[in-house]
Amino acid sequence: MRRLRPTGRFVVPGLTNRLIGLALALMVGVALVGCGGSGEGASSGGSEGDGSLLVLGASSLTEAVGEYAESFAGAEVKASFAGSDQLAAQIRQGAGADLFLSADTDYPAELFREGLVEKPRVFAANELVIAVPGDSELSSLSDLAEPGTKIVIGDPSVPVGAYTRTVLERLSAAEREAILGNVRSEEPEVSAVIAKVAQGAADAGFVYATDARSAGDAVKTIAIPAGLQPQVAYAGAVVAASGNSEAASEFLDGLIEREGAEDLQRAGFLPPP
Amino acid sequence: MNRRSAFFFLAAFATLLTLAFLLAPVVAVFSYAGPGRLLDALGDESSREALLLSLRTTLIAVAIVIAVGTPAAYLLASREFRGRSLVLTAIELPLVMPPAVAGIALLAAFGPNGLLGGLVDDAGVELVFQTAGVVVALVFVSAPFFLRAAIAAFAAIDNRLLEAARTLGAGPFRSFATVALPSARTGLASGVALAWGRALGEFGATLLFAGSLQGVTQTAPLAIFSDFSKPDGFVSALALSAVLIVVSAALLLGVKLLGGDRAIEAAPTP
Repeated sequence: MRRLRPTGRFVVPGLTNRLIGLALALMVGVALVGCGGSGEGASSGGSEGDGSLLVLGASSLTEAVGEYAESFAGAEVKASFAGSDQLAAQIRQGAGADLFLSADTDYPAELFREGLVEKPRVFAANELVIAVPGDSELSSLSDLAEPGTKIVIGDPSVPVGAYTRTVLERLSAAEREAILGNVRSEEPEVSAVIAKVAQGAADAGFVYATDARSAGDAVKTIAIPAGLQPQVAYAGAVVAASGNSEAASEFLDGLIEREGAEDLQRAGFLPPP
Repeated sequence: MNRRSAFFFLAAFATLLTLAFLLAPVVAVFSYAGPGRLLDALGDESSREALLLSLRTTLIAVAIVIAVGTPAAYLLASREFRGRSLVLTAIELPLVMPPAVAGIALLAAFGPNGLLGGLVDDAGVELVFQTAGVVVALVFVSAPFFLRAAIAAFAAIDNRLLEAARTLGAGPFRSFATVALPSARTGLASGVALAWGRALGEFGATLLFAGSLQGVTQTAPLAIFSDFSKPDGFVSALALSAVLIVVSAALLLGVKLLGGDRAIEAAPTP
């Protein structure tokens, strides 16, 4: 048997209607403001003067920058890691960040042209490698062209995916097509690529040398020949709207030449080219 | 102002705040870029493919959920047995499971190195990185929505109807088909709508278990995530979001019109 629902009998009937009307009016207001201001982009500042620093870092920097952030004396640092493309999109949408650390130089350069960040500086380099499960029999780049090999790469918009496509473009058309034909998933960030390989779901994935290293025994790596290797450079830029740009700039300095550089080196990153 | 009207004022303010907060993002999706640009963005091949894939995978998943879930719900609703409430709780577990957990759990169970991965492989089925894997993820997360509604709907049937069918000589199949199913139809239909809505919105389990590849595993929510970070992709992400909002709203409205929400509220709590 159906139970009757308690009804809102004690509410003055007209009040509900007026409330809904008012809410709808508010909605229309939001809509109008939205239309007028669409695409205006970032205006809100960074962490407003409470002394803390919000660093948005590329997924591959999670460990190294995480460690550096803990020891950084200049300010209390909160770090958030994701694909560089997602971070750039967040900054475009006005995320209140102070420092952007990208796994490439393109995204910071774009944001700089748009006036959203200050002039970017390169702070580290990395290498692209092929990660395969620890017990894999694959041993060279050309093995990836074997039919049936399950390959995962980064989405074209995330730097690791763009670097991967640079490598593939340097191969013969036949080999490139064969490898692309084996691609089973385009992951939003490099950590998802390495996870799928480490878990054994994929037979191979293109990742940074540092990611393969921190995955331990679960994966081993296949080097990409020097002639095919893309130039993987990490650039950082202070967010223009940052309320704490001095500390942000100091944090970036440290990554280039002080404690941060040591943390990066320990994790396997190379000095800036 | 007396205490009564002060209370109404506060409650009215809270209601207003609630409505404004819940509706502002929805309105913003439609008004941020304007309808013209949204429609243009839907012309993208990747957007269209994502929507078609979402339609295909959710329909298959919901069909599986209905086919297997309806008799299961009937049994669970009509029989008393030890541990029944435990079973009902277990069925609802995916409801409260974070999607990423669902994805990891599916990988641990049915992935190549998963506990049942060997069986899946022996059966000649491939799930990870395949459209079939998307369907598995969708069934996992959406089934509880249907089961809950279906169990409640079957439990609400007047037992005398079923007894009458039996005394008139109807077998169990016939009384299920001619009495139970028609009596429970509104509850079942709203369960279908809720399950479908959940399946359409599925993101985390799909990404972790099935991956993301255009035309194969990249459903609309995954395409939204992928578009969001592309240069100029924000508008196409909004366009896909607008479609999902419209469809979800239609499903929700369907549930309300059917009165299925009442059937669900009346569900016996385990």
